[in-house]
Amino acid sequence: MADSTPKTPAASPPKGGAPPAWGGPAPAVGSRLLVADDNKVNRLLLGRSLELLGHRVASAENGRIALEMLKREAFDLLLLDMEMPEMTGFEVLEHMAADGALRGLPVIVTSSLEGVAHVARCIELGADDYLPKPVNPVLLKARINSSLEKKRLRDQQAALVRRFATSEVAQDLQQSGFALGGKRLTATVMFSDIRGFTSLVEQQTPEETIELLNTWYTLMFDAISGRGGVVNQMIGDGLMALFGAPLPLADGPGSAVAAALDMIELVELFNAERTAAGKAALRIGIGIATGEVVAGYTGTQARATYTCIGDTVNLAARMEAHTKLAAQPILIDQATCDGLGGSVQVIALGPVAFKGKALEVPVHAVLLPA
Amino acid sequence: MNAPVIDPATFAELQDTAGADFVGELVATFFEEAPQMIGELRAAQAAGAAEAFRRAAHSIKSNSNTFGAMQLGEMARKLELGGLVSDAGPVDALQAEYERVAAALKALING
Repeated sequence: MADSTPKTPAASPPKGGAPPAWGGPAPAVGSRLLVADDNKVNRLLLGRSLELLGHRVASAENGRIALEMLKREAFDLLLLDMEMPEMTGFEVLEHMAADGALRGLPVIVTSSLEGVAHVARCIELGADDYLPKPVNPVLLKARINSSLEKKRLRDQQAALVRRFATSEVAQDLQQSGFALGGKRLTATVMFSDIRGFTSLVEQQTPEETIELLNTWYTLMFDAISGRGGVVNQMIGDGLMALFGAPLPLADGPGSAVAAALDMIELVELFNAERTAAGKAALRIGIGIATGEVVAGYTGTQARATYTCIGDTVNLAARMEAHTKLAAQPILIDQATCDGLGGSVQVIALGPVAFKGKALEVPVHAVLLPA
Repeated sequence: MNAPVIDPATFAELQDTAGADFVGELVATFFEEAPQMIGELRAAQAAGAAEAFRRAAHSIKSNSNTFGAMQLGEMARKLELGGLVSDAGPVDALQAEYERVAAALKALING
């Protein structure tokens, strides 16, 4: 904090016994606000007004300090003066617009700059609102509540997006916005499913099946995200995961194979539990391929999903299907094998003719650690 | 026209909303800051620094309006929007008005 508001405690009403003239408690009390203003009188008065509205307030005496504080601590709202030394409010808005983590933070500009051009520029740069100085307390309360409400809705929306999309997709959406269409990139694609799922389903109640699937997904998600991968589809008893999309990953093949080994290990642990309870053990197959994919949002403007398509995706699916025939839990293609650089034990199974492939494709099995 | 140095309604509203004790401290802060801002105004004028001149005038305007020092606020506003002047007259006049404002604010705080 650059300075503290004068001694009067925040919660006590002003002397004279009367409650603040602008009314009772705000609905969004207890938010953490940052006031950036180089003028001490303005800073103290605004801080006081906000504290009387029930908020916690920190202050910064110029734009640079404000930006540092925003990066370091979590705030719900910024009240920003425009004319400040070292870094103006305009520059703060520009920095915030370029920073994914700060872009969602609501900003109310408080300024005594005259002319609509200034106001327009602030709004264009992403400010939510503009309050002329001296700030009218009634307007202040209304604008603060409206901005905090907007932030609450945005946060809620972001949380919802995270639940139905991966955090990587959510981040990509936040940074680049939504647009149908794909881009070409190199990624490692993984398919996995539960072997003999149909007969498993027949042996148990639907409730048990749902519980089994949820446990299985939880374990697989842990293994995959633990290695930097992203589960982008869940299909019944199977899943598709991406390593290197939507966000780049340093070592796609190595990460995918490491995740596959973790998955097998977790399923073995889970099986120990299941067999102890007299239930059938789970078997899974994993197929991995590396190469160019087209990744992006497919669907319609109203409903779309992040997906990857291309030969690499098909090949990974074929590899996974082939695990049954090969009696090997993890199969990988040549490009993935080349990407491993000998760090994992692999045996070549020779070329296999896959449906839809003109040429036979070399297949390698990853050996499980003894 | 014989307007009061401090607009009573503005000042009363400030005390109402922020608390009389707090306004006392705010005025004390203004007494510390204002002479510096006037000093900056003079320094900018001497150096021919138009932007610094405008900014100093802007700050004085902003604080004057907060306390209801309408005349002082208007003088500062004219300097802010009018740009750098070489004539010391308007700044002298502003300083004189500030002295009146300071006296009036002192009386209001202690009264």
